[in-house]
Amino acid sequence: MTAMTGWLRADGRKGIRNVVLVAYLVECAHHVCSKIAKPFDESDVQVIGFSGCFPSDYGQEMMEALCTHPNVGAVQLVSLGCENFRKQQLEDVISASGRPVNLITIQAIGGKLAALEEGRAWVEDQVDTLRSAPKVPMDVSELVIGTICGGSDATSGLTGNPAAGRAFDRFVAEGATCMFEETGELIGCEHVMADRVSDPALRPAIIATVEKAARYYARMGYGSFSNGNALGGLSTIEEKSLGAYAKSGSSPISGIVRPAQRPPGKGLYLLDVVPDGDPKFGFPNINDTAEIIELIACGAHAVIFVTGRGSVVGSAISPVIKVCANPETHDRMADDMDVNAGRIPRGGATLDEVGDEIYGSIVALGRGARTRSEALGHVEFVLTYKTARPSEPSCHA
Amino acid sequence: MIMTVQSAGEVSGLLHLHPSDNIVVAIRPLAQGEIIDVVGRSITVPRDMGLGHKLALVDIAEGCDVLKYGAPIGFASSAISAGDHVHLHNLTSRYTVIEDIEGTNA
Repeated sequence: MTAMTGWLRADGRKGIRNVVLVAYLVECAHHVCSKIAKPFDESDVQVIGFSGCFPSDYGQEMMEALCTHPNVGAVQLVSLGCENFRKQQLEDVISASGRPVNLITIQAIGGKLAALEEGRAWVEDQVDTLRSAPKVPMDVSELVIGTICGGSDATSGLTGNPAAGRAFDRFVAEGATCMFEETGELIGCEHVMADRVSDPALRPAIIATVEKAARYYARMGYGSFSNGNALGGLSTIEEKSLGAYAKSGSSPISGIVRPAQRPPGKGLYLLDVVPDGDPKFGFPNINDTAEIIELIACGAHAVIFVTGRGSVVGSAISPVIKVCANPETHDRMADDMDVNAGRIPRGGATLDEVGDEIYGSIVALGRGARTRSEALGHVEFVLTYKTARPSEPSCHA
Repeated sequence: MIMTVQSAGEVSGLLHLHPSDNIVVAIRPLAQGEIIDVVGRSITVPRDMGLGHKLALVDIAEGCDVLKYGAPIGFASSAISAGDHVHLHNLTSRYTVIEDIEGTNA
């Protein structure tokens, strides 16, 4: 088996991708970024950004974390000029991380065409330089992996999520860092989850995190148990939540992290996506991609996405391994899926075997393999307003 | 602690997700009267049921936990016999009581 390799960054982290980001700092610069990136392959150059014009500490933290992600090699920032984003701070953070960064301000440079010309020339230079950047050996223990489930159905909690949990157990056993999330979908199993903490002091924090999510979603009018759930054989909220929770595996939970916060050590972490305080700005995460981007902002090199109904998404910055839980969905959407957990109900594989396949698919990403969504050019990105995490470091982090 | 150790019998139509589970889960639509062997027991399917529905693997006394993924998903609101359909009519959440939803009960 070929060893994993990665690009070594100044902070000691290693990337399994080496992308150039073109980042808009307000929606008014988004189209210019898309045009700058257009001639390049999506595997080399990807567009991300923050759309809002009003200030956002959360948006700032997320952009700083994403632009200094280990899978990122260089960043072209594009500002309109009058937005409130603290672009100088962002440029300084990227520069301090040792990455090439270039800031274009559209109003200052003389409009769209001038911005396009400079941006494309700079990005082309970076792509050329990064193409020959040396790689170093990388160990599984250096990986950070996230997992989410989306487009779930009755098969998700039976095949895909438990298999993803097996893969997580292997990664944690080998010293990697793993993150699972969506406390809103863990309502009803917080006491089971609290029994898994590595440090008893973490127990009340786990329960409080889920109770906070329950309050938040109730205020949003989110129905946590539907007629469709019962038709699919689910009887209780605990049962529904445990199906999603199964993707966390069985390792001890080492801590809780917040969006844009890197796990402080190895092991398994719960990403608390729900802000503290009164609900503001609407739903914590408006779709699967918003969740994927938060996992990546926490440093995820890759994300395991378990789906039953089917999904085609990938992501900017980090590859997304799609695990299809439902055999009928896999029959229809095989081109979009990396792992077929639907073989389990048809007798073609066990949970252990599919867990090993998920593990192997992630490790292969560090040996040059690409995901289906990467091969198909997917680079989805969503970042919206959210209340920033408390400024003081969490005592449980 | 939750583990998802898979027992034998998964190809038959019923999946035993965890060694301590007292229920098994349908992994394909099942027809009334089918006899399915799973983890050393023989279960007669009591009614037509869809993917994802649960059958009791053993007798479960009233008030006892129903275990799936090795964790409690609620308690038996009445005595459940091995082979019974386990759903809203005989399984109650310890967390949030879910009102019976029309058309989905036994």
